Amino acid sequence: MAVALIKERYQNKVGEVIIGATAAEGGTRTSVIKVGGDAALPFLHFEGKIENRTVIAMEVTDIPPAWNDIIKSQFGDVLNDPAAWAKRCVEECHADMIYLKLIGASPEGENRSPEECAKVVKDVLAAVGVPLIIVGCEDPEKDNELMAAIAEATAGENLLIGIAEQDNYKSIAAAAMVHKHNVIARSPLDINICKQLNILISEMGLPLNRIVIDPMIGGLGYGIEYAYSIMERARLGALANDKMLSMPMICTVGYEANRAKEANAAEEEFPGWGDLNDRAILWETLTATALLQVGASILLMRNPAAVRLVQQNINDLMENA
Amino acid sequence: MIIIGERINGMFKDIGDALRNKDAKPIQEWALKQQEGGAHYLDVNSGPAVPKEERPAAYEWMVKVIQEVSEIPLCLDSTNYNAIEAGLKLLKRPGMINSCPAEREKIERVFPMAVQYNAAVIGLTMDNKGIPKDAENRIAFAMELVAAADEFGLPIDELFIDPLILPCNVAQEHAPEVLESIRMVKTLSNPAPKTVLGLSNVSQNALDRHLINRTYLAMAMSAGLDAAIMDANDDDLVDVAATCEILLNKSIYADSYLKVFRQR
Repeated sequence: MAVALIKERYQNKVGEVIIGATAAEGGTRTSVIKVGGDAALPFLHFEGKIENRTVIAMEVTDIPPAWNDIIKSQFGDVLNDPAAWAKRCVEECHADMIYLKLIGASPEGENRSPEECAKVVKDVLAAVGVPLIIVGCEDPEKDNELMAAIAEATAGENLLIGIAEQDNYKSIAAAAMVHKHNVIARSPLDINICKQLNILISEMGLPLNRIVIDPMIGGLGYGIEYAYSIMERARLGALANDKMLSMPMICTVGYEANRAKEANAAEEEFPGWGDLNDRAILWETLTATALLQVGASILLMRNPAAVRLVQQNINDLMENA
Repeated sequence: MIIIGERINGMFKDIGDALRNKDAKPIQEWALKQQEGGAHYLDVNSGPAVPKEERPAAYEWMVKVIQEVSEIPLCLDSTNYNAIEAGLKLLKRPGMINSCPAEREKIERVFPMAVQYNAAVIGLTMDNKGIPKDAENRIAFAMELVAAADEFGLPIDELFIDPLILPCNVAQEHAPEVLESIRMVKTLSNPAPKTVLGLSNVSQNALDRHLINRTYLAMAMSAGLDAAIMDANDDDLVDVAATCEILLNKSIYADSYLKVFRQR
């Protein structure tokens, strides 16, 4: 008896979001990134077209970050120069995008002005040709001010900007709408809030194909399974024609994986855990690879060694496309 | 939950008059109004307003004028299969045939036609002897319809079994039997056929029809109902459909779920 391959038929696809704009489209990028568009569960090429590969955006900060030495030592002197740092991520690590986090704007830190921050963004835009993701310093008031200024100063570049949240989305969504950028919609590991936030943003008039979902993942060992099941549910919802869950998803892998103790504690302290260098790379790698299996479209990563491993994993998973 | 708007039916005076006067306006208005209310399909029935021999032309005309204003797929409702076929030929999107009883002669006319025009079929659990009372006999007819789908190559999830609800004031004992029938239909095959009801029948000539309709809709959805031919502009009724989808975990909750349910 012949074996019939069981193929699920889905009603809909994940929505496609385009980030970046070339000169012809009014921007200055040398290429654009398309994410989403998948017509099946992750990498099930036999069931439907996996339209776009998952991309990796490497994290760059405007002032040197408080990261561990394992990561910092791989970047050396460029940590003081966001433009040079971004350039290295693209040229040496083949990052698909740059994820620029403006921690220098924090009112409790350097409290940099929106104008200063916009200049950093401009510098990075001049240094690299890949599309950019820009987020603020996680102070809601400051970020609203910041992102409004940056959205205006970079009009035409079609950035992905963040973060819109349920109790603070109007200002950033308006900035994205007026200056034609895309928005990250973040919800605290809650699919109901995730869906409602997308509804609220779209009711302001921002098209659904300009929204990217940030489900606020947990890192490996610290709640990743909650994010995993929520992302799976969102993907199944998208395929079953739930338009308010059909956006591509972005995951803050670098941040969540590297704040785990396992990615920072030396072998001398925990002999049972083995070599820190390998462990730190794998902690970020495994966080990313697990989330690839539930439909992550954009992985925000830090460690170049982990980036290389995940790039290889994505290549392997796309091989039969 | 698939809502099939019931309003474009010659039994209603305004639609009957529109058919007699070839006045497209009321038909088009109801098409848009039902679409706005939350309908996914529009039922199209000339009723007795058009003489038998003119029905194919009348269905062609109704399909044409509705499709001028709305993209919603149509559910062609007639016992005159020539009229249905005339309408099917003009459909821009795959439609639905309403309906076919479990009678061999009619199955042989309807099922190949459905396959040819890529349409779904509403299959009635009855034959020329009438509607059975208990669930077991309804299911026997449902099985014949399922076998017919297999025989003629109609995808099983394009078959909508209608276990035929009757007015609760004169045929009260039918209502629980219909709920049981809906449950049993879901066990007939894998994938299972879909189920549909002509919902408003349950409250025919009863007092407070809206309350009866929406209560029965919730009960039937809980039993596994997939679709209903119903009043798409009864907002409370559409709210019940949306809420059942949430409580059956068929749609993911969000605070604006009532609104989202009506969006396309």
